Amino acid sequence: MEIVVSLAIGVLSGAGVWLVLRPRTFQVLIGLSLLSYAVNLFIFSVGSLSEGKPPLVRDGLPADLAHYADPLPQSLVLTAIVIGFATTALFLVLLLALRGLAGSDHVDGDEDAA
Amino acid sequence: MAEAFLQPLLLPALAAHHLLAAPVLLPLGTAALMLLMGTRRRGAKAVLNLLSTSAGLLLAVALLLRVTPQDGAAAAIAVYLPGNWPVPFGIVLVADRLAALLCVLASAVALAALLFAVARWHLAGLHFHALFQLQLLGLQGAFLTGDLFNLFVFFEVLLAASYGLLLHGGGLARVRAGLHYVAVNLLASLLFLIGVALLYGVAGTLNMADLSMKLRQVPEGDRGLLHAGASIMAVAFLAKAALWPLNFWLPPAYAAASTPVAALFVILTKVGVYALLRLWTLCFAPGAGASALFGSPVLVWAGLATLAWGSVGMLASQQLARLAGYSVIASAGTLVAALGFNDPALTGGALLYLAGSTLAGAALFLLVELLERARRVEADTPRLDDALQPPPAFTEAEPPPGANLDDDEAALVGRVIPAALAFLGVGFTLCAMAVAGLPPLSGFVAKLAMLTTLLHLGNAAAPVLFALLILSSLAAATALLRVGLRHFWTLQARPVPGLRTADALPVALLLGAGLLLALGGDAALRYTRAAADTLHRPGHYIDAVMAARPVVPPPAVATAAPAPEGRP
Repeated sequence: MEIVVSLAIGVLSGAGVWLVLRPRTFQVLIGLSLLSYAVNLFIFSVGSLSEGKPPLVRDGLPADLAHYADPLPQSLVLTAIVIGFATTALFLVLLLALRGLAGSDHVDGDEDAA
Repeated sequence: MAEAFLQPLLLPALAAHHLLAAPVLLPLGTAALMLLMGTRRRGAKAVLNLLSTSAGLLLAVALLLRVTPQDGAAAAIAVYLPGNWPVPFGIVLVADRLAALLCVLASAVALAALLFAVARWHLAGLHFHALFQLQLLGLQGAFLTGDLFNLFVFFEVLLAASYGLLLHGGGLARVRAGLHYVAVNLLASLLFLIGVALLYGVAGTLNMADLSMKLRQVPEGDRGLLHAGASIMAVAFLAKAALWPLNFWLPPAYAAASTPVAALFVILTKVGVYALLRLWTLCFAPGAGASALFGSPVLVWAGLATLAWGSVGMLASQQLARLAGYSVIASAGTLVAALGFNDPALTGGALLYLAGSTLAGAALFLLVELLERARRVEADTPRLDDALQPPPAFTEAEPPPGANLDDDEAALVGRVIPAALAFLGVGFTLCAMAVAGLPPLSGFVAKLAMLTTLLHLGNAAAPVLFALLILSSLAAATALLRVGLRHFWTLQARPVPGLRTADALPVALLLGAGLLLALGGDAALRYTRAAADTLHRPGHYIDAVMAARPVVPPPAVATAAPAPEGRP
């Protein structure tokens, strides 16, 4: 479980960083999305990974992380997903606006600017 | 009967209690109302926005008075529990002197920017007023929150609004600068999230006061994780505070933004400085054991590099708006370097500098447009400052027709300077003095306070900051003087710049506020020193937050009102 999640985070963030450094706006957008997936998984993992445990304290069991999933990272991830979705949509609009105004999908709007 | 009689008496107490939430709720309500009003009726929205922003300024001042006890008590910290949950679990709003000061500053700059925008700029886009209020919501929330994740949310609110505001007016330059700005800030937000997650993983809490206490008992094995998380989060804050080398996005973005938006954005870099200062003094105070003052040299030296870079950038700028952007960077560098020393007296001076430089920076951005507009009246002058052409007075043997000379080429005394030109000249001079930190304005008082403190510090970086503070003043004065010479002292037949009262008023207000800050320099410095003392003794803050208790509803009211359905 830990290995799978760590590998997923590593692959996502590696691909994300590489794409963010590319000169095409669409690549940057996909890179930012991949990075935000990696970060969301990472937030999830700090609340100690567990399988099939509800975030509920049940009667008769001590209220520690061995017996229930930490609900806080889940709510953090939910908030981060919503915010990330909105800002990615905004970036997409900007990307199209730049493409329309500059006639190029280079991040500087101009192939020769860089 | 008795309750109905007592109700009016209870209201002032109730209002005082809820004062802390009001600066956040007011812009939220106003923005929602404006969105309901649709895309038309801009006049009504402008009036509503002006009313709401003015009320916000009054609320912020009331908050500032609330946290400034008259009887000289050491710490006055107001705590508010928005969800009425007990402290480490529910979210919390906290106001101390620093937060209240920044709330007042943000409201003041916003009011000036709005007055300027209402003169003409607000017609350039559909949702200017709603975005403006959302920006204020994010700013006030970020200053007042006492909870790490809410800080992230308010950061996102203010950034999302700033993306929209930066694009206000449209055009290729804004879209291009906006794309870079959005990309950089999205990356910084991701780093912020990673930092929050790591700190939560180490401490198991997101409440800043609780976090500060828990971090003192961090096991040795987790200390590396704690430092990594804090550093990653600091990178996010420093990118927003425009610290070198994370600040290449700032000059193009601020130069491309429409004028009132650029003036409002001056406070945005201060949010990064504020968040850094708040968390650093809480989490890595000298009492924090092995982690005490973690990162202090990095802050100091990065701040010094930023200060130097900003000063050189001011000297090298060809365009007045970029010069103003670099002045924002230089002031951010000064602040971070001074805060990194963790010396209360130095922080006190730096906070006064923060207030003065914010007001002056906003005024400078507004003046940029007025000056450029005056120049653009002439035949197609390019936007770039014509640094490569020598001023015409030195090249032409004949004095140009507008020269202040009579027929025998003797100086003509008593020609009336047009009022608009006189205002621009005086305003620009005052603004330049405030930005450069020349006497007698508040920038000088603050710099003097920092310089005298630096003399007594044994730190190796102290002489460097001492020298750089003076050199940066010189660089700023030189750069601004050059601009002033080009605009006011070149002899050209130029038409009198048109200047409306609506354009001049916000500049005059900002400069007047700066003058007030200098005239009340003693009181202001005492206030910022008290704010710095509260910051550097985080015990008061922690005690105040942890002592907050949920409000128990009065039993009479609880029994009288029927229990809402669906509540367990």
